[in-house]
Amino acid sequence: MTIDTSAPAPATGRRHGAHTSRGYRVFRVVNAIILTGVVLVTLYPFVNIVARSLSDNAYIVSGQVNLIPRGFNLAAYRAVMSDPMFWTSYRNTVVYTVVATAASIVLTTCYAYVLSKRQLKGRTALVGIAVFTMFFTGGLIPNYILVTSLGLKNTVWAIALPNAINVFNLLVMKAFFESLPVELEEAAAVDGLNTYGILLRIVLPLSKAVVATMVLFYAVSFWNSWFAAFLYMDRLDLFPVTVYLRNLIAGATDATSTGGGLGSASDVVQSAATIQSVTIVLTVLPILAVYPFIQRYFVSGVMLGAVKG
Amino acid sequence: MNSRLPDPARRRAGRRTWRQALRRDWQLYSLAVLPLLFFLVFRYLPMLGNVIAFRRFQPGGSVFGERWVGLRYVRMFLTDPTFWDVFTNTLVLGALTLLFCFPLPIVLALLLNELRSRRLKRFVQSVSYLPHFLSIVIVAAMVMQLVSMDGTVNQFVRAVGGEAVPFLQQAGWFRTIYVSSEVWQTVGWGTILYLAALTAVDEDLYEAARIDGANRWRQTWHVTLPGIRPTMVTLLILNIGTFMAVGFEKILLLYNPLTYPTADVISTYLFRVGIVSSNFSYAAAIGLFESVIGLTLVLSANAISRRAVGTSLW
Repeated sequence: MTIDTSAPAPATGRRHGAHTSRGYRVFRVVNAIILTGVVLVTLYPFVNIVARSLSDNAYIVSGQVNLIPRGFNLAAYRAVMSDPMFWTSYRNTVVYTVVATAASIVLTTCYAYVLSKRQLKGRTALVGIAVFTMFFTGGLIPNYILVTSLGLKNTVWAIALPNAINVFNLLVMKAFFESLPVELEEAAAVDGLNTYGILLRIVLPLSKAVVATMVLFYAVSFWNSWFAAFLYMDRLDLFPVTVYLRNLIAGATDATSTGGGLGSASDVVQSAATIQSVTIVLTVLPILAVYPFIQRYFVSGVMLGAVKG
Repeated sequence: MNSRLPDPARRRAGRRTWRQALRRDWQLYSLAVLPLLFFLVFRYLPMLGNVIAFRRFQPGGSVFGERWVGLRYVRMFLTDPTFWDVFTNTLVLGALTLLFCFPLPIVLALLLNELRSRRLKRFVQSVSYLPHFLSIVIVAAMVMQLVSMDGTVNQFVRAVGGEAVPFLQQAGWFRTIYVSSEVWQTVGWGTILYLAALTAVDEDLYEAARIDGANRWRQTWHVTLPGIRPTMVTLLILNIGTFMAVGFEKILLLYNPLTYPTADVISTYLFRVGIVSSNFSYAAAIGLFESVIGLTLVLSANAISRRAVGTSLW
């Protein structure tokens, strides 16, 4: 049941009587202030970074840049955008995201469909196999040894395969498939469609929203990932943009940061604050751009999973 | 959940043999082959691979190690003082994270729930979710810029007359920085489930409470919170389960040898020992310890919650 919290009419709606009390009115004001504060605190770092990226280095170093750019110039932007390695990294991110998401969606959808068939013999075991991995993992070292000995280092598969199926997403899709009416599939079977046909022609077209949500979940997760690439890629030209950024900031911490020890490709470079800020902005931009449109899919996806999973 | 087949048919299905099942549903099973392969190779094989914690591993040799050395590596980390330091750090950071990042989404959800304007509520929610979608590298980079010598925090410090502090180089500040950034990134997203649970609380209960003379606060305490308790408990159990893996990537990005005393946790220590120094068997032993503790925590939390509160994950 949904409660219309915006309805002002006192006849419906909940928790009246205390509405006009002075204490409650004070609370409402305080609440508004707090929530405004939440919005400001959440947005502040973004504004700050943008301001720093547009400012002259001298102003930044002297600690004068905060909300507004000082000494507005685009030199840093030009510097970063003319670095071919930056664009290579970006291209890598896109490629890795597309490949990994595709693999994940196919695997997850197939398995979720199978798991949704309640009368399938062995189904409980199949579900258990997946769910158990949520609570116990092999750990970093065996995974590293495995991926290395499979020869996946320096390939996109080192990023795509080890995390191909996210069990949470799997359970959400399974719950969704279970909610589809059996009659549809039975009717299709009567019409002569085999399992593959039912999945492709009946079930998937009905599941567009869920599949789209899962594509988004996986895509964002792979887009943002850095550690797998950091671990398994040795060559500069294979880094995604997150690792590119990571190398920039690793140079800014103590020079003996452990990142410098991994592989020959990570160079410890002392970067100007502007370069870092610009890179941050350029890396965040795509996410910020699509965010307003995709945000509600994520929310509904999480709720789907929680309610049914 | 309604059964899909009439009763006699269901009983028949339950007694179907594997042979019949395979013949009837081979297409379905075929769809499961590749995913199962994934689980086997990339999830269960590494679990078995932890056996190298008990064997001497030679890179280039067998994936499962060469010689059996028993508990040598386990004894090694049990007597390693660094290990106990990082173990303590893990507990402290995990507890701090839990302390702040568990209740705050609940509070925020309750506050959001009191907003009358739906548009305003949706706006604040949307903004609050945003940090969740950022890569951890972005968050770490932003943190670094904010606490750098010329960053906002130090600007504020200087404005009130203090000396600029190199926060990231001081072990004493690491916990604050870590927990604050964790709060920034996760609180908004954490409200989703609670807000959903809040709208599901029965309106009649509020009505009854109001009739009994309860004001807003008492209504919240006696109706709202118990109403969302199952959600709280479930999320608490899940959070406890991930306790041990506390912020591995973020710490890896933000720490440095100067802050090891407070920042180094089991997972980062394991990373240095295993990947950087290639001491695979030793690291695997530590990793196994970490996983076992994590599993124990989840199982215990689950059992306790079932006993004490009545809700549990399974």
